[in-house]
Amino acid sequence: MSIVQRMAPDTPLLQVDGLTKRYGARIGCADVSFDLWPGEVLGIVGESGSGKSTLLSCLAGHQPTDAGRIRFDGRDVLAMSETERRRLARTDWAYVHQNPRDGLRMGVSAGGNVGERLMAVGARNYGDIRGKALDWLGRVEIAADRIDDRPRAFSGGMQQRLQIARNLVTGPRLVFMDEPTGGLDVSVQARLLDLLRGLVRDLGLSVIIVTHDLAVVRLLADRLMVMKSGRVVEQGLTDQVLDDPQHAYTQLLVSSVLQV
Amino acid sequence: MTDQAYNFAYLDEQTKRMIRRALLKALAVPGYQVPFASREMPMPYGWGTGGVQVTAACLTPEDVLKVIDQGADDTTNAVSIRKFFQRTAGVAVTEATGEATIIQTRHRIPEQPLKAGQILVYQVPIPEPLRFLEPRETETRKMHELEEYGLMHVKLYEDIARHGQIATSYAYPVKVEGRYVMDPSPIPKFDNPKLSVNPAIQLFGAGREQRIYALPPFCNVVSLDFDDHPFRATKAAHDCDLCGAKDSYLDEVITDDAGGRMYVCSDTDFCAGRQAAGHAGRLAAGGKA
Repeated sequence: MSIVQRMAPDTPLLQVDGLTKRYGARIGCADVSFDLWPGEVLGIVGESGSGKSTLLSCLAGHQPTDAGRIRFDGRDVLAMSETERRRLARTDWAYVHQNPRDGLRMGVSAGGNVGERLMAVGARNYGDIRGKALDWLGRVEIAADRIDDRPRAFSGGMQQRLQIARNLVTGPRLVFMDEPTGGLDVSVQARLLDLLRGLVRDLGLSVIIVTHDLAVVRLLADRLMVMKSGRVVEQGLTDQVLDDPQHAYTQLLVSSVLQV
Repeated sequence: MTDQAYNFAYLDEQTKRMIRRALLKALAVPGYQVPFASREMPMPYGWGTGGVQVTAACLTPEDVLKVIDQGADDTTNAVSIRKFFQRTAGVAVTEATGEATIIQTRHRIPEQPLKAGQILVYQVPIPEPLRFLEPRETETRKMHELEEYGLMHVKLYEDIARHGQIATSYAYPVKVEGRYVMDPSPIPKFDNPKLSVNPAIQLFGAGREQRIYALPPFCNVVSLDFDDHPFRATKAAHDCDLCGAKDSYLDEVITDDAGGRMYVCSDTDFCAGRQAAGHAGRLAAGGKA
């Protein structure tokens, strides 16, 4: 258990209430409500087109929502000015993209990528920025001598780890992850999951992780939400949902996983 | 003589009015890039069409015009723009910085300090300082709006990581009055300190990109840097070979194919003035040699 969890906070970090997003007449996601507590990892699973990525990008403020409320740390996120929201997005929040190319600056060195968030919040000492970048590269198992290489020269797994370092360097409290292990081979996936699990536990992060890979949520998530056609059909503790699925769709999802 | 086929200073009065409105807005919000309806000019983009339009909008028949290109009064760009305004506006022209009321410049600020009442017009190729870091115009506008300038420091970080120092030597980004980050046009960073608290009005025109921005007199301009890698105005570590000046920005001129070279002031008016006053450098005719 992380320190944050042991402190037993009495308010959720993120409260979502009746969140709805429509694409014209179609539903992106409808009437999604949940609370996320400090130090908790929430998995969102569902098939392609079930609205899980829409939900995540609405939560992270990447696209406007049509209805509902989002409160972060007691503050109404949707009522914030854009300045405040973007400041939140580069301090207390982090967003790990499925494709590291979307989350990294490919023309900027690894050190510059990690340092960008620090400089965005006002760090103006080169030595400090570089020291922090080195520290974080070490934490995500990237050799120190690669600090001046561009992400282009990195493998897919390294790029993903670099993206994680870049996001966590400012010590965010809430991390959004969109299929962080997508497109990686299984052994690299396993190492990345291991790394993520360690970081989440050590830093006491709250995480919302979207994936269609049930193994990922089994390893990482405390709680699980299952989505279908834009609606949440089932939610509960991860083991409970995966071992004793109640909704027909969840049963289908769980039984579709190949047993090796 | 003015060519009567044209309105005074080539542009029609409505166009000048439009440009003056943009100029006033730019002066009111220092460093902010004001869009304007840039016209086609009878010269190619990259030859100073933005600067020419700004100059045309500011010119009055009483003005004395000076045009410089990389500090020199006698290079192609300077000569052709000077002739253009002699023909279309019939204004007096000069090479002396002190006598000019409007100076159109490409890539330099004159060595001689400017004074109140003078207008310095810069030709700007790319007005957006964030352009090569963030290609989306929508995004760079948002970054200016929200003062998100962390990315500018990423560029300087990359410089130090790769070269051991801030290697950006021209178009060095500045922050204006603590608010907007601005591209000072491709002037050498040696000239950056002259941008700040300058008694003259400084106007920047980008013709192709259709942007005007400005620094009103005595406004504060700070070059971006790191605490442990402060901004330094650099120049070649030599004296001028013609006038002996120690503190002017120098051009390096290759004189033969055996490694021979000389350093001369890039500001020709400044150099000629010093020579006329009796200063001589290493290679000056009749100098110390």
